[in-house]
Amino acid sequence: MQVPAPFQYERATSVEHALALLARYGPEARVVAGGHSLLPMMKLRLAQPEALVDINDLTELAQLRLDGNHLSIGAMVRHAQLLDSAVAGEHFAILRDAERVIADPVVRNRGTVGGSLCQADPSEDLSAVFCALRAELVCQGPDGRRTVPARDFLVGPYETALADGEMLVEIRVRIRPNGSSYQKVERRAGDWAVAAAGAVLELSGDVIGDVGIGLTAVGAQGGVAREAEDFLRGGAATGERFAEAGRLAAENCSPSADQRGPVDYKRHLAGELVTRALRAAAARAQGREA
Amino acid sequence: MQITVNVNGEDHTSEVEPRLLLVHYLRDVLGLTGTHWGCDTSNCGTCVVWLDEQPVKSCTVLAAMADGHRVRTVEGLETDKGLDPVQQGFMECHGLQCGFCTPGMMMTARWLLDRNPHPTDDEVREAISGQICRCTGYENIVRSIQWAADHPAEQEVGA
Amino acid sequence: MTTTEENATPMGFGRMHRKEDARFIRGRGNYVDDVRLPGMLHGAILRSPFAHARIVSIDTTAAEAHPKVRAVVTGKVLETLNLAWMPTLSYDTQAVLATDKVRFQGQEVAFVVADDHYAARDALALIDVEYEPLEPVVDAKRALDPDAPVIRDDKEGKTDNHIFDWEAGDAAATDTVFADADVVVRQDMLYPRVHPAPMETCGTVADMDKVTGKLTVWSTTQAPHAHRTLYALVAGIPEHKIRIISPDIGGGFGNKVGIYPGYVCAVVGSILTGKPVKWMEDRSENLMSTSFARDYHMHGEIAATKDGKILGLRVNVLADHGAFNGTAQPTNFPAGFFHVFTGSYHLQTAHCRVTGVYTNKAPGGVAYACSFRVTEAAYLVERMVDVLATELDMDPADLRMRNLLRSEQFPYTCPTGWEYDSGDYPRTLRLAMDMAGYEELRKEQLAKRERGELMGIGISFFTEAVGAGPRKHMDILGLGMADGAELRVHPTGKAVLRISVQSQGQGHETTFAQIVAEELGISPDDIEVVHGDTDQTPFGLGTYGSRSTPVSGAATAMVARKVRDRAKIVASAMLEVSPDDLEWEKGRWYVRGDQEAGKTIQEIAMAAHSSLELPEGVEGHLDATTVYNPPNLTFPFGAYICVVDVDPGTAQVKVRRFVAVDDCGVRINPTIVEGQVHGGLADGVGMALMELMAFDEEGNHLGASFMDYLLPTSVECPSWELGETVTPSPHHPIGAKGVGESATVGSPAAVVNAVIDALKPYGVRHADMPLTPPVVWRAMQGRPIRTDLAIS
Repeated sequence: MQVPAPFQYERATSVEHALALLARYGPEARVVAGGHSLLPMMKLRLAQPEALVDINDLTELAQLRLDGNHLSIGAMVRHAQLLDSAVAGEHFAILRDAERVIADPVVRNRGTVGGSLCQADPSEDLSAVFCALRAELVCQGPDGRRTVPARDFLVGPYETALADGEMLVEIRVRIRPNGSSYQKVERRAGDWAVAAAGAVLELSGDVIGDVGIGLTAVGAQGGVAREAEDFLRGGAATGERFAEAGRLAAENCSPSADQRGPVDYKRHLAGELVTRALRAAAARAQGREA
Repeated sequence: MQITVNVNGEDHTSEVEPRLLLVHYLRDVLGLTGTHWGCDTSNCGTCVVWLDEQPVKSCTVLAAMADGHRVRTVEGLETDKGLDPVQQGFMECHGLQCGFCTPGMMMTARWLLDRNPHPTDDEVREAISGQICRCTGYENIVRSIQWAADHPAEQEVGA
Repeated sequence: MTTTEENATPMGFGRMHRKEDARFIRGRGNYVDDVRLPGMLHGAILRSPFAHARIVSIDTTAAEAHPKVRAVVTGKVLETLNLAWMPTLSYDTQAVLATDKVRFQGQEVAFVVADDHYAARDALALIDVEYEPLEPVVDAKRALDPDAPVIRDDKEGKTDNHIFDWEAGDAAATDTVFADADVVVRQDMLYPRVHPAPMETCGTVADMDKVTGKLTVWSTTQAPHAHRTLYALVAGIPEHKIRIISPDIGGGFGNKVGIYPGYVCAVVGSILTGKPVKWMEDRSENLMSTSFARDYHMHGEIAATKDGKILGLRVNVLADHGAFNGTAQPTNFPAGFFHVFTGSYHLQTAHCRVTGVYTNKAPGGVAYACSFRVTEAAYLVERMVDVLATELDMDPADLRMRNLLRSEQFPYTCPTGWEYDSGDYPRTLRLAMDMAGYEELRKEQLAKRERGELMGIGISFFTEAVGAGPRKHMDILGLGMADGAELRVHPTGKAVLRISVQSQGQGHETTFAQIVAEELGISPDDIEVVHGDTDQTPFGLGTYGSRSTPVSGAATAMVARKVRDRAKIVASAMLEVSPDDLEWEKGRWYVRGDQEAGKTIQEIAMAAHSSLELPEGVEGHLDATTVYNPPNLTFPFGAYICVVDVDPGTAQVKVRRFVAVDDCGVRINPTIVEGQVHGGLADGVGMALMELMAFDEEGNHLGASFMDYLLPTSVECPSWELGETVTPSPHHPIGAKGVGESATVGSPAAVVNAVIDALKPYGVRHADMPLTPPVVWRAMQGRPIRTDLAIS
């Protein structure tokens, strides 16, 4: 079996302690939560951190609750916890849709929401979801907390806006009436996305107020379909316009070919899945679907 | 580093390297070879054990992370009262052939039935979807878990 | 646990709990990686990152300086022991550790022995290898180009990548039939490279005892006796000083037939250090370097009359064998049993030509429950029949019914010379169609098509050829494919059966006990089956090619009958009558005409060990041994029907139903038989829809972990619907035929045929496996993807 190279192991007892440990070990230290992205990379020796700062004991980061008019998701919330959360599912069906297709139930018991976002794998699902939701990511560093819009958090593949010595502590989503959906094509249950799309629609009557569309694994700028969003905003929620939004999303993404699919197929999926996600989101917003 | 892990109800204190994987701790340090491993990437699920109350893939958990926690393995399924209904179910319904994925499957099955005593077949399939079996085509694993659902242990009936 | 009527142990054939389960459900199995010996060291292999490169230098200094490292072995070290190269099962050679060149990505370059597994892996990073990369041959279709790089320049005078040409059937007669036929349809198809990927990877614990000179090897092997002989021949260790133990095996499927360099390295490591050495490959090593399967580029042609009478079949195959010809198959059959490709149909004539080539990929080719390439053969003919049905605009079930062999034609000699033992094919297909509700499904499909929905129904009718095999035709490296059995009956009537074959999950400890029970009337509970230890079992070639029941099962029945015959003589002495006056009923000899006067096998066993005076020439006891040399293969068969739905927008395939009717002759334990079928059906869904090892132009393996080599989960598999017909084998002592690989052989074509059927509105006639969403979508666009190369 593949095994990681040696490292120092520290178990943080608080966020402040974790930050102090990160400061002490410097840029060669990594935060580990569920470890389901990091440990496989370490076994392959593609990652060889000198120290791991284990934040699994930080129960303060494992809270999932309503905080005023926000849904607050701690960075240590496990995927299974988010999937099972009635409050999260009630306000944002997209979270349940996405969590249901992230990895598998046993991995979801261990993997964390924060870990997925910070690993920033281009095929990872939650980045698109939180971009579609226009969530805010709360990062904490030696100088205190700052809030980064989800749409600015992803800098590139495996790259985030987190500074050295900083960690993600919370994801905040503003509660508002909406319909949402996440649509994913995978080659097999538990596989990473060939492509996926998430949509969040705010409707007044048949008119679209605001809309967020996130894209996974298709090389969309910032992980979102901005042109499609701009096209839809303020217009009617019709099947034709959703199809056009899909077309715009497909046109403006730039997927790369790999064994999950060639460019043309992934581009096709971007369009198809955006259209489907919008349709499902509208149906939910209008109470036609659960 | 020194860790103390409660495995199947018993505390074990050992000196380990921080990088030691939980699956190797169980197999090589404690000699509990009922937990297997089949991949390096947390895709196959032959290494599933419980960490506290939930099944996890022990090839992707550090032994150090289990320090101060409880671990339950296949060796902890059978009690003084006898086999776990899941174990009995796998035997009744031919839910195993080579036996390699079986411990992990049974650990997840026990967790599922604790949460959902009467799952549908689809719910059973979903629960074990992160665990690969190359022998059974899953059919008899599903039946085995349903057998266990239909034959709960006596203490659970009264509960 | 209470014994009820349903789970009572049968006195012979029938459903019963498996005897081996008691240990497995408690986590008390004993697999190779569970073996722990005092002072045991751990090995790890450094592998080539390149598919084709010259080795300029290897510097092991830093690795040797690692405080926990006990030995570093390279090809140069092995050369001094004459072990740098080893023979393959196909009379080729394979590098144990590369000396001159590396020839595939993942090839073995150096072996480290250290105090623990973690240190051994660490030390790999300390070995410095300088490579000079060479152009690789990745595309099998380029291997024979005159300007292709020569992979096997280690072979004297070798100037190309050609391995063999082989043909079967009558070329001239076939050409004539094709020239005169109303309809000829041609189709290229690839059976892609796939991997058996058992959940337990391959590994070994080798322990050379310097004092006794005895080598004990715990190994993941499906063929312990063949391994013993090969170690003796390769390493020069006297065969009686080698003991191979194959403990519990976590699935094999053909992956664990051959001897891998890691096994040899572990043996060398133990010889060098004087300690036991364990080596277990990781999953990537398993997928990258050990026995793959298939990789057949096939061009099929089928000739028929306008009204659907199939006349002939012609096939050209380009077979990618990787860097060393390491296929495991009988010597006279370089393409395995591929020439059973006329399948289940009565044709006038057929011809196939197979060309084997070297490429810069891992060696292997025959594995993954393939019955020596019957898999490729069954896939080819079943796809060709569907292609023909499309051309003729006929229902594929009708076309098959019209051409299936009739029961009165058996025993049937097919155009390439196989003698099929028995069958009633139309009955089996009819049963499958009835179970599926075939006519209703076609109506549903029609209605769905009108709504733009894509639903497909696929049929596959396969004939297997298993139980290798008759010694006069079949050997592996000169070892005839007969298997021994020994049966001891203790004084109290309990028995121990010793067999040569090796379970990897098939339940031999149960099934073989049931065979003895059926023959002798001793309960399976009273019979211990011993296997997997060459010091304790008779010689035989092991378990693969679905041969255990056809060969070793027959040996078991025959040895039990020998015991029965001996028991008859003892009983005659006990009853003071002539043996000729005795009649047998299960478990008992009695006097003809006097049912009450008899002796049970248990009573006879005690008497056989007692002071009872026995007739002249009978020395006492009941024990017997035998060797079974099968007169022919057995030919199980089946009809499979798969129903799929395809999402027209995303091209995702969902297998909705799968009906499988198998005829494997007499079923010893129907529960175990059904389990074997279930597993094979999942294999078929996996190969048809997701399993793939493609290679990019540098020869990088693109399926080298379970993240990329996708195996089906419980979600992709439907609830299998099984049926059975029983046509006993006329030449097998108990009428059984073997079933282990039937479903793997038969099911891929059913799935593919179903998907292609669903895509009919798009004019799709064929698409290559695996039918992943991008492959299906591209087929719908009329721009197919070549699935053996990187997607670009």
